[in-house]
Amino acid sequence: MHLAQLNLARLVAPLTDPRLADFVAGLSKINAIADTAPGFVWRLVSDEADDATSLRPFGADVIVNLTVWESVEALRLFAYKTGHLDYLRRRREWFVPFGDLYAVNWWIPVDRRPTVGEARDRLDRLRADGPTPEAFTLRVPFPMPTR
Amino acid sequence: MSVEAIGALQEPVRRAVYERAVAAGAPVSRNEIADALGIGRTLAAHHLDKLVEAGLLEASFARVNGRSGPGAGRPAKLYRRSPAEHALSLPPRDYRMLAEMLADAVETAGADVALQDSARRRGAQVTAQRGQPVDRGQVVHLLKTLGFEPYVEGSCVRLRNCPFDAVAKSHPGLVCGASLAFVEGALGRPARLDPQPVGCCVAIDDTKNEDH
Repeated sequence: MHLAQLNLARLVAPLTDPRLADFVAGLSKINAIADTAPGFVWRLVSDEADDATSLRPFGADVIVNLTVWESVEALRLFAYKTGHLDYLRRRREWFVPFGDLYAVNWWIPVDRRPTVGEARDRLDRLRADGPTPEAFTLRVPFPMPTR
Repeated sequence: MSVEAIGALQEPVRRAVYERAVAAGAPVSRNEIADALGIGRTLAAHHLDKLVEAGLLEASFARVNGRSGPGAGRPAKLYRRSPAEHALSLPPRDYRMLAEMLADAVETAGADVALQDSARRRGAQVTAQRGQPVDRGQVVHLLKTLGFEPYVEGSCVRLRNCPFDAVAKSHPGLVCGASLAFVEGALGRPARLDPQPVGCCVAIDDTKNEDH
């Protein structure tokens, strides 16, 4: 099994706004760190660019990060032990507090890729039931199913 | 458990062995400890094993020079600090639980910047009393007294220990940002986040006029 993860962020302004300049400038660098990170499997991209920022299935001002990793540890290492951490530190410069759950993880067969619809369903499950093996967070991870 | 762990450090030689093993920053053998402290190898091994028993160190086996197969010799027993935390508070206190609840609240409210500002002010208060460090030696000394276990790597100072480790792990964006602001406030100059596999993710570059 692989680990799928969804992360949502509500922009403080459109991506063309000067306040988002550092974020936009850092996108390709951060995506490159992810793409070469140990245990990285896949990330959602739009047809027109090498990132997913133009996809807005959760709202006009909400950007989506949908990725697949070989393990919880691989995702944690990328998110917290690379240059990505400094962007995480600066999140309030670019994103307004979401006011609700904005991230969810779940296990997925290695030959499948998650869809946005599936991700929405997992986030709803996390909202309804709290962390379970079907929908959880990195703070309360569930081990990879053995089957 | 923690009482036994902390009690194990009461013996002065054992405490010196522990501090030496921790300061090494990498797994050490009994011979290295014995040579560094000028004590016998049997005595060094005795204290190291007592520290493992107490849960303060952990032991592993490795061939020191990387050889393997027949003729490589017996693997050496190496010691390093255990990741387990030992705290003892009388009367009972649980500031960590409170820190986790506060971190949750700050994150939910999106008040990251308020925490960073508070951390920066707190850092500045620390050095308002002691004076701000002006050279690398003073930077290292200050960060050592604050529990960061600094070490020099090339032209920057890195930190072997994160004093906020548990909450930094549960709320990394929030707490690492606060750590950075705290260090910057204490030093009175910019630092940066540059995460290493272990330890605090804050790095402090030498200023141009500092000796290397």
